[in-house]
Amino acid sequence: MASKKVKADVNVLLGTRKGAFILQSDRRRKAWKMKGPFLQSSPVFHMVFDTRDGKTIYAAVNSGHFGPTVQRSRNFGKTWENAEKPPRFAESSGLKVENVWHVEPGLADEPDTVYAGVAPGALFRSGDGGSSWEMNQNLNNHPSRAEWQPGAGGLCLHSIVLDPSRPKRMYVGISAVGVFKSEDAGETWNVKNKNVRADFAPVKYPEFGQCVHKLVMDPKKPDSLYQQNHCGVYRSEDAAESWVEISKGLPSTFGFPMATHPHESERFYVMPEEGDFFRVMANKEFAVYETENAGRTWKKRNKGMPKEKAYVGCYREGLATDRLDPVGVYAGTRMGHLFHSADEGKSWRLIAQWLPPIYSVSTATIT
Amino acid sequence: MTVNIPVALRQYTQNQSDLQVDASTVQEMLQKLDALFPGLKAFILDEGSGLRRYVNVFVNGKDIRSGDGITTKLKERDQVRIVPAVAGG
Repeated sequence: MASKKVKADVNVLLGTRKGAFILQSDRRRKAWKMKGPFLQSSPVFHMVFDTRDGKTIYAAVNSGHFGPTVQRSRNFGKTWENAEKPPRFAESSGLKVENVWHVEPGLADEPDTVYAGVAPGALFRSGDGGSSWEMNQNLNNHPSRAEWQPGAGGLCLHSIVLDPSRPKRMYVGISAVGVFKSEDAGETWNVKNKNVRADFAPVKYPEFGQCVHKLVMDPKKPDSLYQQNHCGVYRSEDAAESWVEISKGLPSTFGFPMATHPHESERFYVMPEEGDFFRVMANKEFAVYETENAGRTWKKRNKGMPKEKAYVGCYREGLATDRLDPVGVYAGTRMGHLFHSADEGKSWRLIAQWLPPIYSVSTATIT
Repeated sequence: MTVNIPVALRQYTQNQSDLQVDASTVQEMLQKLDALFPGLKAFILDEGSGLRRYVNVFVNGKDIRSGDGITTKLKERDQVRIVPAVAGG
């Protein structure tokens, strides 16, 4: 990796088991400079850049000793501010926040709103830019909650999807529970798992109990959603009212990360793994799969990647795209390697290695 | 009393290692620290207001878990140490 000073047109935010890193490059994305580690020694499950102010980064920080919190940097990692009142359940609930899994800035017209997804299965909202947090009571009080059964990863609420075309509509994804939708800014929630399989359950199509691994929205058609599930990849074209499996053409139905192309509809990327009891790349071949038609067909994209004996995988936040043209794609592995494509997935190269296990990859494109 | 802050938490106390606090119990001491450095208490206590599993507090060398916990009484000259448990083995 080059160490000379570079213009930071694109910043790649890496949350790792031992802290956070930021890789910076100019538009060509040939030379990269790495900053960090920040938040040293704490597991950082997710980082996100707030495009509303163009400077704030939020991090989901989960210290083994000191517990989970959300931290904020307004200067690309130089200094960090801790939440004064981090996400916490009421003492009377008997629940304890185990980890913060995902942080999601609110929509453009609510500049101080930020959401956080935590385990066990709860959504928190901050109205002051992450300083203090309140739990969404109505999701927590959902009638199905008593029957939620955690999977191996716990009841992590890992996906928070906001609809910019309908500001009161939002979705969350909870592992081993499924997708929930609200049409009233979180006042009421409904389960949305129709036609999504749960192969591991006695009933294959239950109302809830499906294990969504990652949920994303089409950037051009907000009624189109895609999910990588424990049991397949799925598409919805009716705002999660129903789902169609789109795994055909992929080497397996199992995987975690998913990233959309920021400029084109129906174009996104997944990384299939062998299966739930052998979580390495499908066929032991490190590869990203791309669709340009909402999962009707898939293309394997692995030029420049290890093509055999790749006993590695990526965590659910391990795949991301930038907003440049051509779009850059980034895949961070559980072994601390970061692969990058500057041509929308056609070819790849390693731009960082021997980092701690990479929990999350996201980007901040400065235009 | 004097409260010794572990290295890992000094980023939240403006890099101060030893703080002077006037409090009659450990609980009150933590509340006063949180007022000085908002968010600090959440690193030490969980939702049940108990000590986090891997955080220990010693008063004059005695682990408060083996005594009265966070209701342990404090006197003016007490030495309080917040110590993260050894990780791994």
